[in-house]
Amino acid sequence: MAHEHKLEIFRGRWKFKSNTQKIWGVLAFLTFITVIEVVLGIYKPDMFMHTFMDPFEGGGFFSTLGNVILSPIVYMKPLNLIFIVLTIIKAYYIAWDFMHLRDETGSMRKMVVWTGVFLICYLMFILLQEGGYVFNVYNGKDALIKHNF
Amino acid sequence: MDSTVASTGTEEKTWGGGNNPLRASYGKLMMWFFIVSDALTFSAFLAAYGFSRFKFVNEWPIADEVFTHVPFLHGQELPMIYVAFMTFVLIMSSVTMVLAVDAGHHMNKAKVTIYMFLTIIGGAIFVGSQAWEWATFIQGDYGAVQTKGGNILQFGEYVTVDGVEKFKRVSIEDLAIAKESDRVDHERKNGLWFEDEGTLPLFSVAEIYAGLEANENVRVRNQMLDENGHKTVLSRAESLKQIKENGKLVVKGANLEVNEYGTTLFADFFFFITGFHGFHVLSGVVINIIIFFNVVLGTYERRGSYEMVEKVGLYWHFVDLVWVFVFTFFYLV
Repeated sequence: MAHEHKLEIFRGRWKFKSNTQKIWGVLAFLTFITVIEVVLGIYKPDMFMHTFMDPFEGGGFFSTLGNVILSPIVYMKPLNLIFIVLTIIKAYYIAWDFMHLRDETGSMRKMVVWTGVFLICYLMFILLQEGGYVFNVYNGKDALIKHNF
Repeated sequence: MDSTVASTGTEEKTWGGGNNPLRASYGKLMMWFFIVSDALTFSAFLAAYGFSRFKFVNEWPIADEVFTHVPFLHGQELPMIYVAFMTFVLIMSSVTMVLAVDAGHHMNKAKVTIYMFLTIIGGAIFVGSQAWEWATFIQGDYGAVQTKGGNILQFGEYVTVDGVEKFKRVSIEDLAIAKESDRVDHERKNGLWFEDEGTLPLFSVAEIYAGLEANENVRVRNQMLDENGHKTVLSRAESLKQIKENGKLVVKGANLEVNEYGTTLFADFFFFITGFHGFHVLSGVVINIIIFFNVVLGTYERRGSYEMVEKVGLYWHFVDLVWVFVFTFFYLV
């Protein structure tokens, strides 16, 4: 039950004198990120509303693989990508500083984070891939199902 | 404790439970087990939400048009403001929780009490806000007409605000022209005894159609996205045609079967995921209250460790962590 806290965030770029101060610092950072999210969500700047890159055409093995690997860039609006990245950053600081993962042993951290991250990524991949496929079944050029009535 | 637990004399040894794997106590480790499995449950729900959203990516409502209300600011469209406030309340209550844990490490009973109390208040504000959010969502805004195929047709007109042409929604109450009708509610006593009919919609499709015919400016908007990512607004002729041929049911607000905002699944997932999260917050508040009273009674002071506060703290932060994701996927993306 050691209670020593690591009193720095951003890889030591921001140091605190006490644990209480660190907590307020993290709160300031999380609030800052939430404010950025809300402002972007309200104003939706035009420059982030269209993907920077088009998906690879062709449908061959390499273009499909490329699209899967680059799917956050070729399919997702940059704004949504920014939101998801900011969310993961927030989640990191909640888990590391509020849930004290920073102060736990490395193996404990890995046990918690790797398990969750691996399974969640896997689940997200198969379900979103399947959702996109079903969308094409409904809306593709040779769709047999009509639902626009 | 000696009277209830058999003492084997090996408590200090490894096989007697004398060591703490990963240098975390038993209780904390079990809390982490629970949190990881609960995280997988939530991610399964959110992945299912993602699946349905990808499947109906056109028909999915735009969150900015759904969650526009703020208490006491009636009639103003302020997307995101209230939910940002809720997020801040939850993060703030996470902060008071972690301060309580910190005070517990210093065996400072007075501070732990105050911070636990503030955490409970924050949780209660959050649950209350969520109840209000649900009530507003169920109540509905402008109303819409559902088609035979289950699609939603909404109404609005083009208005010029500050030189920019905007599509402004029109409520079905303002649109409909009430007509006399002899449509009666089906009741058990005057129909099939084993069948009940739910409440009738506010208006019939014919009344909406009459209103649409009378108001030259009003047009129908369907759910399809155009190339700019906006919902398609139909021409006047097409609007009338759609309502006449395909309109089936007038809907206002949301429930598990229909909702005026878009595809039915949107409301289902909203109720299910925010409801499940709200239930976690509620149970978190209850557990926090129990711990609060234990703190006040001095249980942990006598035990010599405030680790229990740390364990419920982990759960409370987890609830906050989940909300961060729910916030992103329901309100932002």
